Amino acid sequence: MTPVIDVAQARKDAEPIEKNDVVFDIQKLTASYGKQPAISDVDLEIYRNVITAVIGPSGCGKSTFIRCLNRMNDLVPGARIEGKILYQGDDLYASGVDPVEVRRRIGMVFQKANPFPKSIYDNVAWGPRVLGMRKDLDGRVEKALRGAALWDEVKDRLKKNALSLSGGQQQRLCIARAIAVEPDVLLLDEPASALDPIATSAIEELMHELKRDYTLVIVTHNMQQAARVADMTAFFSLDVDESRRTGVLVEYDGTAKIFTNPGDKRTEDYVTGRFG
Amino acid sequence: MSAVPTSSPLQARRHRLRGQLGDLALHGLTLAAALACLVLVGAIVWKILALSGDAFDQFGFGFITGRTWDPVKHVFGALPFIYGTAVSSLLAVVLATPLAIAIGLYLSELAPRGVRGIVGSLVELLAAIPSVVLGLWGILVLGPFLAHHVEPWLHSSLGFIPLFGEPQQTGQGLFTAAVILTIMIVPIVASISRELFLGVPRELEEGALALGATRWEMVRGVILPATRSGVAAAVILGLGRAVGEAIAVTQVIGGGTRIGWSLFPPADTLASKIASSYQGAGSGLEISSLMYLAAILLVLGLIANLVAQVIVRRFDPLRGARS
Amino acid sequence: MSRYRRRRIVNRLMEVIATVAALVAVAVLAIVVVSVAKRAAGAISWDFFTKPQALFGQPGGGIANALVGTVLLVLMAGAMALPVGVLTAIYLTEFAPRRVAVPIQVVIDVLAGLPTIVIGIFVYALLVIGHTQSGIAGAFALAIIMLPLIARATQEVLLLVPSTLREASLALGVRRWRTVLGVILPTSVGGILTGTVLAVARAAGETAPLLFTSSIFANTVQTDVTKPLPNIPVLIFTYSEQPDPALHEQQRSS
Repeated sequence: MTPVIDVAQARKDAEPIEKNDVVFDIQKLTASYGKQPAISDVDLEIYRNVITAVIGPSGCGKSTFIRCLNRMNDLVPGARIEGKILYQGDDLYASGVDPVEVRRRIGMVFQKANPFPKSIYDNVAWGPRVLGMRKDLDGRVEKALRGAALWDEVKDRLKKNALSLSGGQQQRLCIARAIAVEPDVLLLDEPASALDPIATSAIEELMHELKRDYTLVIVTHNMQQAARVADMTAFFSLDVDESRRTGVLVEYDGTAKIFTNPGDKRTEDYVTGRFG
Repeated sequence: MSAVPTSSPLQARRHRLRGQLGDLALHGLTLAAALACLVLVGAIVWKILALSGDAFDQFGFGFITGRTWDPVKHVFGALPFIYGTAVSSLLAVVLATPLAIAIGLYLSELAPRGVRGIVGSLVELLAAIPSVVLGLWGILVLGPFLAHHVEPWLHSSLGFIPLFGEPQQTGQGLFTAAVILTIMIVPIVASISRELFLGVPRELEEGALALGATRWEMVRGVILPATRSGVAAAVILGLGRAVGEAIAVTQVIGGGTRIGWSLFPPADTLASKIASSYQGAGSGLEISSLMYLAAILLVLGLIANLVAQVIVRRFDPLRGARS
Repeated sequence: MSRYRRRRIVNRLMEVIATVAALVAVAVLAIVVVSVAKRAAGAISWDFFTKPQALFGQPGGGIANALVGTVLLVLMAGAMALPVGVLTAIYLTEFAPRRVAVPIQVVIDVLAGLPTIVIGIFVYALLVIGHTQSGIAGAFALAIIMLPLIARATQEVLLLVPSTLREASLALGVRRWRTVLGVILPTSVGGILTGTVLAVARAAGETAPLLFTSSIFANTVQTDVTKPLPNIPVLIFTYSEQPDPALHEQQRSS
């Protein structure tokens, strides 16, 4: 059992964020589906082993942004990006870059838990099998399930169908599945929004553990969650201009600063609940 | 169109009565229609079995293993035709299934937006060709083509397999029939497969791709396993269709009672034998024997149909994953 | 070869196979249509549609009698199948309790899957033995084939009607039967029509059900439905079983 961390206390005691390695260098990113840009001119850097939260009102492009980072938007017909995303110095969207390789290194956990209709074991083992990591599959599965804080609960019923688990357990299974292929980065798109408070706090605790080995980017519409969990926070908002509604990055800084002393008035309005 | 009661309570009661009668009438009428369907199926089964009674009395179940069909000597047996049905239908299913699944995958996963609709419609058009027209084409085009180009090649390169014996001149035989049946089954199975593949929830597909799987790996690991029962049912439905097809098969199969290894010489299936004898049947026993053939055909068709239905209703692996 | 490269190649290969499969299907369709059309082109003319068949061995003549017959058969079959099919579908969606609905559904699917030649034999046994072949018998056989198609299509369309519509009507105090006839059916008419048209198209091309019920006919236009009606599918079939080349061209045109 992982020890309970007093998050608030830890935050107060923490030193200001050092500039770890830059994992993502995002330059003037504009993403559109068809003609309308969903997000426009986003500039930011994401650091290693740090939890970065992306917050903002609904429709401001948070999901679009995060899906650009592992090229999941490629699957949407008509989706285009302008600008650059450098992952560890390499342009993710350069010609010749295979999205398949990108996604192996940059994993994703979705809003609604989506385990395959297979056994628990097969859910976690499928990725490694397909990718060719066949040595010691059992060990891999156990390591991934432990990493997702699920091992103790399921170790006796690995062959049971994954759909027999509760919602929170299914989501942790999806996390285990994602880390089984040994990515560098984990993108989480509102991972706890469909879960009850107990399951949610289990996931939040888990994220603190995970950040030791992975870089995490989490989209959340829950400000308190961002405050509890994230080291850095990016606030997106909607820029309504004539007929267009586009998402823009308003402010990006250490979480404490965003919530206690935001630089932009829009940020202040949002975090104090005046709108959004 | 409301039935708001008007002035007096007496009128209201009459309205209500008429309304209730109306309801009763509609209920009764529709129930009668539904029951008529039940009665119809029952009548079909019963009538066919009844008509085969004479032949059954004469030959019993041995009819099924009897190899002779001789109107002159009044000896009849079904085995050559069961053999013909089995071989042509099974071969057609073996050829059609991979092709249809591939087409279903193409239409659901691979084709660009505009192409999807067009090709999908064309495949359905293939299903709409009347069997008699397809059979005619088989006689005029496919048969000679197979006879002059495909069968000799098969015979010369794979002739050591007894399936590929001497080719025929006209191209009328089990092989041609199987190819025609394949053309008939593919659109059915492909359409159903496409619907099934499209029905797999998007989140499952994305979950697999987000792990770094290629499209094909996602198909093999998620889509195909999730739809396997539906596809199996579709294949069995196709099999049922192949078994029951009389017209196109009659036109290209040539007619005969041979049971042998080679696929090329003429033969008959249960359905084609019935269809080709429609004018010539003489004695009551012969007619009854034809009915017996029909009964066997009916049973086979029913089994295929019911098995397909059971599979669909009971064994869907996606049942838990749908939101 | 690295594992990654192999995976990419396999993926590509599968894409190619799937595309080829689709192309094959389209190609077969094209070949069938083109080769039939090519050979038929010679015979199509106004005469072709308006003159009845020529006598055996003589050129010329047309399919007028068969055309008229087919139209008559299909119309009669539709008249028989449509009411029963729609009513059955209404029963299944509006009235039937679950335990009754499932077996009826099963039966309808069974009906849809019966070999058409068996249906032909059934009608033969019912209506032809002891009498003669007749257009009515042929139409009845076709109706049996159309029935499940119409019932299924109607059912699908009826299910699409949102339950809020039903509830709104009933809440006004409108009777069940009025709701069904006055609200639900009119909104579903489009789908029912489409289903019927498809069933008609299917029935028009069916040969087997007519083989035993309406296949012995003469060269003249016939409208007496108590006698066998000439029809196009059987015409094609009979000709195709005979070796006369002049007739072949006519068949292809049909």
